[in-house]
Amino acid sequence: MKILILGAGQVGSSAAYHLSREEANEVTVVDTHPEVLRELQDRLDIRTVVGHAAHPEVLDRAGASDADIVVALTDSDETNMVACQVAYTQFRTPTKIARIRSAEYMNAHKLFTQDAIPIDVRISPEQLVCSFVEQLILYPGSTQVLDFADGRVRLVGVKADRDGLLVGQRIATLKDHIPNTEARIAAIYRQGNAMLPDGDTVIQEGDEIFFIADRKDIRVFMSEMRRLEDPVRRVVIAGGGNIGVRLALALEQTNQVKIIERDPTRARVISEQLNKAIVLVGDAADEELLLEENIDNVDVFCALTNSEEANILSSMLAKRLGAHKAMALINRASYVDLVEAGTIDIAISPQQVTIGSLLAHVRRGDVVKVHSLRRGAAEAMEAIAHGNEDNSKVVGRTIEQIKLPTGTAIVAIVRDDRVLIAHHDTTIEADDHVILFMTDRRKIEKLESLFQVGVSFV
Amino acid sequence: MNWTVVQRILGLLLMIFSFTMLPPVLVSLIYNDHSWLPFVEGFGITLAAGFICWLPVHRSKKDLRLRDGFLVVASFWTVLGTFGAAPLYFADPLSLSFTDAVFESMSGLTTTGATVLTGLDSLPPSILYYRQQLQWLGGMGIIVLAVAVLPMLGVGGMQLYRAETPGPVKDTKLTPRITETAKALWYVYLAFTIACALGYRVAGMGWFDALCHAFSTVAIGGFSTHDTSIAYFDSAAVDLVAVFFMFLAGINFSLHFFAWRYVSIKHYFQDQEFRAYSFILMVLSAVVICSLFFYRGFADPLDTFLDGLFQSVSIATTTGFTTENFAMWPAALPALLIFASFVGGSAGSTAGGIKVIRWLLVYKQGVREIARLVHPSAEIPVKLGSKAVSSRVVEAVWGFFSVYIIVFGVMLLLMMSTGLDQVTAFSAVAATLNNLGPGLGDVASGFMSVTDAGKWISVIGMLLGRLEIFTLLVLITPTFWRT
Repeated sequence: MKILILGAGQVGSSAAYHLSREEANEVTVVDTHPEVLRELQDRLDIRTVVGHAAHPEVLDRAGASDADIVVALTDSDETNMVACQVAYTQFRTPTKIARIRSAEYMNAHKLFTQDAIPIDVRISPEQLVCSFVEQLILYPGSTQVLDFADGRVRLVGVKADRDGLLVGQRIATLKDHIPNTEARIAAIYRQGNAMLPDGDTVIQEGDEIFFIADRKDIRVFMSEMRRLEDPVRRVVIAGGGNIGVRLALALEQTNQVKIIERDPTRARVISEQLNKAIVLVGDAADEELLLEENIDNVDVFCALTNSEEANILSSMLAKRLGAHKAMALINRASYVDLVEAGTIDIAISPQQVTIGSLLAHVRRGDVVKVHSLRRGAAEAMEAIAHGNEDNSKVVGRTIEQIKLPTGTAIVAIVRDDRVLIAHHDTTIEADDHVILFMTDRRKIEKLESLFQVGVSFV
Repeated sequence: MNWTVVQRILGLLLMIFSFTMLPPVLVSLIYNDHSWLPFVEGFGITLAAGFICWLPVHRSKKDLRLRDGFLVVASFWTVLGTFGAAPLYFADPLSLSFTDAVFESMSGLTTTGATVLTGLDSLPPSILYYRQQLQWLGGMGIIVLAVAVLPMLGVGGMQLYRAETPGPVKDTKLTPRITETAKALWYVYLAFTIACALGYRVAGMGWFDALCHAFSTVAIGGFSTHDTSIAYFDSAAVDLVAVFFMFLAGINFSLHFFAWRYVSIKHYFQDQEFRAYSFILMVLSAVVICSLFFYRGFADPLDTFLDGLFQSVSIATTTGFTTENFAMWPAALPALLIFASFVGGSAGSTAGGIKVIRWLLVYKQGVREIARLVHPSAEIPVKLGSKAVSSRVVEAVWGFFSVYIIVFGVMLLLMMSTGLDQVTAFSAVAATLNNLGPGLGDVASGFMSVTDAGKWISVIGMLLGRLEIFTLLVLITPTFWRT
């Protein structure tokens, strides 16, 4: 697939990285900064074009005329919108994806239609990160909560500790613990190595477990893996940027939210936007301020400023001063490893959160949703099975009969609003939403071909 | 340094390269010249060496880094020049010493075209074919070929590609995937080779000669299957076909690629380097032809015109075909032609020399200095077309120049110390460093009379020229090895 990425910022570069390492994609990146592009081209097998992302001449040079997808990820909403307009009008590009940050544009429903601004998919990294954090706060103890089928099913990542009821036991005993509901353990990461479990696998302390379950059952299953934590009540957010304010708005009705912002003018602006949350002017790494605001009683400390180093340091400080849990927004992949081994509980990587929504549109076959896990090494995917028994490789077959590549598993099926946890004898029907988990990213092409319908399908 | 990766790729490349020794076996069988054995031996040795190199580390899956790329390219060319010499060394009718075999093979691979062989006309066709094929493989770049056929080189392929492709700006890819870019280049190259062979055939060569000369023409090599080179055919049509394809092969291949993809030739005329390249060739040809007329009179106008044109294009593009011994030409002409080889062809072509674009940038800087004298406070960028060239590139060009001159000077002194006279030594260094082939004085027709030491210096010169000095030179700096 020929992909044109506009903008080589953090989101753009990481999109280029993830997309270009899949054999089938040919990626071209456009940016105004030659140095950034040169550095990027040294690392990745891509082509780069220097120029303004919305200019027709630049897009032409970058090969917009035969591109399959244009992904506009520059930091200006307006540039992204114009670029998609140009790609549509001038080059007839089939799929146009744009990053739109401002909620004002996002909420204008009539704006993004084919006869106005032809953007097929709008991505707001801030929005995605914000709801990601929101989910983590909703399910304390989880490391990742990922939605499928409009939130009906969720894939939850959780670290097993010794208080989990299932820890030290075989997975098959799960149904004895909780008789009436079902969940499925999709994958276990033990000391960084992936394993696809079966009924005889024994859960150990320290395993990172990904399980899938109906939304209402998640809490129960989490208690199987670790001691259930009390719901989060007090949240402190460091950084009153876009993400911080969004999160504060989302949480302020249900939780006690405090938000720390360094710039008094900005603090003034956000205090007008927020209703219940308390805006504090000051430095998030100021020990006095944190103590004064009873940091030792805080359930979650979220560092969401633009500077990842500041995020790391302030979360470490908050944790030392007694915050129960600390999360930090970290862009750099190398930092993520560094901090998760230490005091910070969860490193939030905006790229990883964002990339999934891009990947869903690059996949062949009817793929609804892709979540990238473990920095892109693993992936969870929701695909729709089309066709019938004759032209599809999955429809009408039981899971046992489907030739899945090694390292992949079908974990759940959503059929007309009902969630079915996959068993070896579950039969897949047409138009089922099939949720897959793969621990080996290299198998994706094989998996894609499974869900492609043969030529006879009309 | 990532030794296992370097070793693995080196082994793999050697194994692949060994298969290029099989076509000569086929040629040998077709012409029944009884000299297939050396090629089979060469094939066996190269394959075995590659396998031994590859086997212990074939599981290594690490990525190729920038530094490894330099090491792979430099050592691959060195190793390949040596292994490519095996068939020549084993071939009975040649009875070459090891030095001579390596010289010949390296001269082929680097598309220099200097030879130590005489009596080419009586050699078995398979050996003649092999020499031409070496040039053809070296022309577009053996690494570029490997990148095209080995998808596993991936991102690392870009490092290799950059270390091998000539020119000051190497970041422009034709397609997003480096494999596709390499493939595209080879398709264009292949298409030219076929067209050139057909052209020669129509102009009157036999099929064998047509193919062999097509190989060395599009590679800008200069090897021939006859002692008297192109003069053997004594045909105006052959001369013109050769001139046409030498001219094409000296153009940046990405321009050819765009012409092919967009079915349009306007890219050529928009390209500053192409315009400068054509201009230089035209002026040079005009000067040479006029001088020849001046000294020889108008007795045989067509011959004089063709000789002047052919020799100018052949030497200025660093091909090195000859229709006449230009070393014997009057006045400053021999020196003028040798000097023209310093310009060479365009970046991204198969030609040698310093490359037109570098001269163009240096020239533009000179003009800028003059303009600055007149307008002391003016802001004057160096531009190519409508785009300003970054000072980084301009600096790199100057760096290249100074190193080129230093290397040239050192090699000149070394060559003279092996006993060559000044003219011979000067032209021999120019002929090897610019990948030209024929020189003046004692090396006008070949390097047979040069001592072994001189030949080894020339081998290094050819490698330095083909890899544009830095790729090789970086390996002898302490910074490169410091981890």
